Amino acid sequence: MSQPVLSVRDLIVEIPTRNGLLKPVDGVSYDIAPGEILGVVGESGAGKSMTGNAVIGLLDRPARIASGEIYLGGERIDNLSLSQLRRYRGKQIGMVFQDPLTSLNPLLPIGDQLTETILEHLGVSSAEAEKRAIRALEEVGIPAAAERIGSYPHEFSGGMRQRVVIALALCAEPSLVIADEPTTALDVSVQAQITSLLKRLCRERGMAVMLVTHDMGVIAETADRVAVMYAGKLAELGDVRDVITTPRHPYTEGLMGSTPLASKGKSRLHQIPGNMPRLGNLPAGCAFHPRCPYTQEKCREEPGPRLKTCDGRAACWYPLAGAQAGQGVA
Amino acid sequence: MSSLVSVRALTRVFDVSKPWLNRVLERLPKRKLTAVSDVSFEVAENTVYALVGESGSGKSTIGKMVVGLLPPSDGIVEIEGVNLATETDAAKIDTVRSDIQMIFQDPYASLNPRWKVGNIIEEPAVANGDPTDGLAEKLLEQVGLSASDVDKFPHEFSGGQRQRICVARALASEPKLIVCDEPTSALDVSVQAQVLNLMSDLKDEFGLTYLFISHDLTVIQHMADRIGVLYLGRLVEEASPDALFDSPKHPYTQMLLEAAPRMDGFGREVDPPEGEIPDPINPPTGCAFHPRCPIAIERCARERPQLETLGGSRRVACFLAETESA
Repeated sequence: MSQPVLSVRDLIVEIPTRNGLLKPVDGVSYDIAPGEILGVVGESGAGKSMTGNAVIGLLDRPARIASGEIYLGGERIDNLSLSQLRRYRGKQIGMVFQDPLTSLNPLLPIGDQLTETILEHLGVSSAEAEKRAIRALEEVGIPAAAERIGSYPHEFSGGMRQRVVIALALCAEPSLVIADEPTTALDVSVQAQITSLLKRLCRERGMAVMLVTHDMGVIAETADRVAVMYAGKLAELGDVRDVITTPRHPYTEGLMGSTPLASKGKSRLHQIPGNMPRLGNLPAGCAFHPRCPYTQEKCREEPGPRLKTCDGRAACWYPLAGAQAGQGVA
Repeated sequence: MSSLVSVRALTRVFDVSKPWLNRVLERLPKRKLTAVSDVSFEVAENTVYALVGESGSGKSTIGKMVVGLLPPSDGIVEIEGVNLATETDAAKIDTVRSDIQMIFQDPYASLNPRWKVGNIIEEPAVANGDPTDGLAEKLLEQVGLSASDVDKFPHEFSGGQRQRICVARALASEPKLIVCDEPTSALDVSVQAQVLNLMSDLKDEFGLTYLFISHDLTVIQHMADRIGVLYLGRLVEEASPDALFDSPKHPYTQMLLEAAPRMDGFGREVDPPEGEIPDPINPPTGCAFHPRCPIAIERCARERPQLETLGGSRRVACFLAETESA
């Protein structure tokens, strides 16, 4: 296998608070290969976005990377100074946020926003930058790009705006794109357009994509591999087909079972009892054990295993085997 | 089965013109946005009628007109046979109004942060002049929270718990009809499952009727007894969930179902639908969907198709639906 574009090793993000240290990301490790889309799923507060922000160095104070290593194309980037990090952001790593309206400057024409990024990172003449900006807009499917380059963000619809944001993330030809809920604010038909655009660009350019979302359907159709997060930890990491059809971690099983898609024809949806614990109040042992239908003694006492030290796919002391799976969702 | 809600030829037009002085000086015409256009449907008692559509399709506007938060521009909304817009008997209006409640999308915005949960829940009953002793406690337990929560404030609860409080508040006046406008869109899937299950249970327990508004096809499929698909303010297809999801007849419904992500769609390459919802201020002539429709014929641009009954209980507004299925 070729060298991964992004390697994250034992990443821990801390937030010191008056009531002690919170760990919104706790010991997360994964790789993304060139041309691969890694889906990151989980409920709100599971640490999905925090992981993405840590990679691109956008953690808000007082959150900080406490330990762990992040490698981009073999180079370590988690300990860079702010000015060194600036060269990576936008150039090597592109970012697409959830809300396209707030990630564009409403006072600047989109062309200026694109050329600004291109001039900053690629060192070309401004005429060349404008040409590239138009090409970037054409590539994401904006009709009459040469004329729309002087338009302001408010003149575009939501789907078109998200295309502009994607063009902006891609215009410096990054090797990694972090897309944080890129389609959550969009309608179904526009969502299909945006995910197929992401897939096409990923294939054509061989860039790696980290797709953070809570929509299982989007993950199933878009991602190659999927990482399931729960309370700051990776619960399961594996090929998307395996994780969705034969989950090994009880949390993954519950999560898949509770989507209305999976309970076709049933009068009640499967529900995971209780709520995700607050970070300041994590249960002892495995963080999922109070909600887990298969809890045993060891789960209450020992923290859940880290991926790698256990079964390899699910961070669980007693990962589900094929035959056992499904019983908890009855 | 009698129908609780009867909506006939409902239309709502918003005036989105510039202020009149600008209009005079800049010689601009008035601009009208037709959010809902000639929509008719019936909701039978103790069933879930779902309205589904993309943003701008008018689903929330219909919901607001049904509860009476917006007056219709044209057409009739009858609840239990009473048209709230024209009824003059105050006693009748009062009884019907107390039979309607609403649950909103955003549980963070729909609860007053300065009120205690108990007061929030009791408010509809207080407004009706009903006794409120122990009411909030009882309702909190019914929606799966604890009776001791009455003295807490909304910020002490998570999103899913807040939505449960909204449900409890909606139940306080013992309504027959609850209009739910995207009740679970702001929630995570596992919490969504809890709230949807709760809503189903309460429906059976209290004999409630839901008008369920959502853009999420999977939620709709799970909850609805009957589904109306909206496009640009018009009802384009109406059918039972099984009929609709197994064999959608309107090309827009087909496009919507095809575009919806599936759990088993690994690496599925869909041809994403072309174009976007057109501007409702200048909707296309004839059938609103014809510029994006793969099977449009010349007639579609000229004439607006009416909802026609097709094969039993299904209604479709498409000239070609019959020939397509034949």
